[in-house]
Amino acid sequence: MADLANLNLTEEEIAHLVKDLDEILTHMDALNEIDTSGVEPMAQVLYASEETATLRRDEIIPPIGNHAALANAPLAGNGYYKVPKVIER
Amino acid sequence: MTGVASLTIERVRAGLAARQFSAVELAQAALEFAQVENPKTNAYLHFCPERALAAAERVDQKLAAGADPGPLGGVPIAVKDVIVTQGVRTTCGSRLLDKYIPPYNATAVRRLEEAGAVILGKTNCDEFAMGSSNENSAFGPVRNPAALDRVPGGSSGGSAAAVAQGTAVAALGSDTGGSVRQPASFCGVVGVTPTYGRVSRYGLVAFASSLDHIGPFGRTVRDAALMLETMAGRDECDATSASAPVPRYTAQLDGKVAGLKIGVPREYFEGLASETGDLVHAGLDVLKRLGCQVRDISLPATKYAVPCYYVIATAEASSNLARYDGVRYTSRANAETLSGMYRVTRGEGFGAECKRRIMLGTYVLSHGYYDAYYLKAQKVRALIAEDFRKAFTEVDAIAAPVSPSPAFKIGEKVNDPLEMYLSDIYTITGDLAGIPCMSVPCGKTREGLPVGMQILTRHFDESGMFRLADAFEKAGGFAGPN
Repeated sequence: MADLANLNLTEEEIAHLVKDLDEILTHMDALNEIDTSGVEPMAQVLYASEETATLRRDEIIPPIGNHAALANAPLAGNGYYKVPKVIER
Repeated sequence: MTGVASLTIERVRAGLAARQFSAVELAQAALEFAQVENPKTNAYLHFCPERALAAAERVDQKLAAGADPGPLGGVPIAVKDVIVTQGVRTTCGSRLLDKYIPPYNATAVRRLEEAGAVILGKTNCDEFAMGSSNENSAFGPVRNPAALDRVPGGSSGGSAAAVAQGTAVAALGSDTGGSVRQPASFCGVVGVTPTYGRVSRYGLVAFASSLDHIGPFGRTVRDAALMLETMAGRDECDATSASAPVPRYTAQLDGKVAGLKIGVPREYFEGLASETGDLVHAGLDVLKRLGCQVRDISLPATKYAVPCYYVIATAEASSNLARYDGVRYTSRANAETLSGMYRVTRGEGFGAECKRRIMLGTYVLSHGYYDAYYLKAQKVRALIAEDFRKAFTEVDAIAAPVSPSPAFKIGEKVNDPLEMYLSDIYTITGDLAGIPCMSVPCGKTREGLPVGMQILTRHFDESGMFRLADAFEKAGGFAGPN
């Protein structure tokens, strides 16, 4: 599971997590007690209201620009984020 | 100037209009007071004096020109550090974002500043807003101003503590499972979670997108209402923001609550600490004295709210936190390979609670478990929302406790995550349903610990919620600054 989450964990952390997750997942099993047959899953909050215009006008808004966008990068160069080598030449 | 700690928005406005002080004088005094007082509670993570003084200067210029400085002209406020402020460090209480300087302002921040608000600084919180005690901040816990050995609640503990301590007149927080109302209750201030979509989340660092709200703290119901009406409303930068018109909530605090039908959900009184129960019952008596018809109701799906919430919230959190991978956001651990860099950056950067939620969320979304957990939780969420919908066909508002107990001791629950999660039971239901809900002070325990009462109303009926809370605040004698 830690591999899927791209998370490096220490042995000690793993021991704690195993215990915590066991306890929490056991508690979550209570969900099986309730009958949900015929119930539509609720993926978002819905309310009776006028339609929200989710599409705005297609107008060009100036972006923040390359410099500002990369200002928080741990490592950048030539206008790009730099990462460890992925492809060997 | 004196008395900074007990100002309300109303008094700031009157003081500026009467030339008792200028906005710059107020900003300077407020900054100085906040910086001196802050070590007691650790409510602020950092201050932004230049920005505050520039905002105050603009207010003074408007006043000098005889122009309206805006509804929040000169009001010193604090902003939770999960809400981005252009050019001012925004850490989310995380070591991972220790050096992050956002290139833009959140819409809520922009609107408040356009209305004249003076942001003093950014407040402490649980890392990425995940927690109920503010003990999950990478920058140390916040202490409750009412009892310094106790937690202020979480995750917006710093914002609640600042308003309670008097180091900000009002503040912004965020609420995903109770993170505004629970700390408001613990610290003895007013905290509001509006209808889902009422306030744009543009610039709120995402935790669980189907549940995240921005909400205000104030010392009075009126102040919180004014903050909300200033920042609410459709924003093109957030597709989930609602286009429903925003009423002037402050114009509707007319005390006309006699005859209102108030539902009291019996499921919310099982497992309450006795003093909390006594105070909330005394609060219900205040509503009766105001002429409200208080009646027993049932919200039967409540007992499934905690597991439902922690499946959905962790699932969404594990997705939202995937972006902190060492590529874009300031922190990166050295590693030979790209995937090694991801893993070590995240392993070193996230605190224990974030890791726990990432792991839980990854698990409930993983192949073979998706239907059993995530889909099931979404169905249970629909039942919880349906409970409220039915209840609101019979009552105008719901009154309930905010938290099963008052503020607990720092360290008391830190080794028992499940116990911590269970304490969110009465607040997460409002987030799951997406209805407006708030905590309003309801008295103090014998030890002097504040307890809040929760008021919940129909989608977009913040007006009704504020009207009731305002009448309650005045009738109960809980109003205003101490």
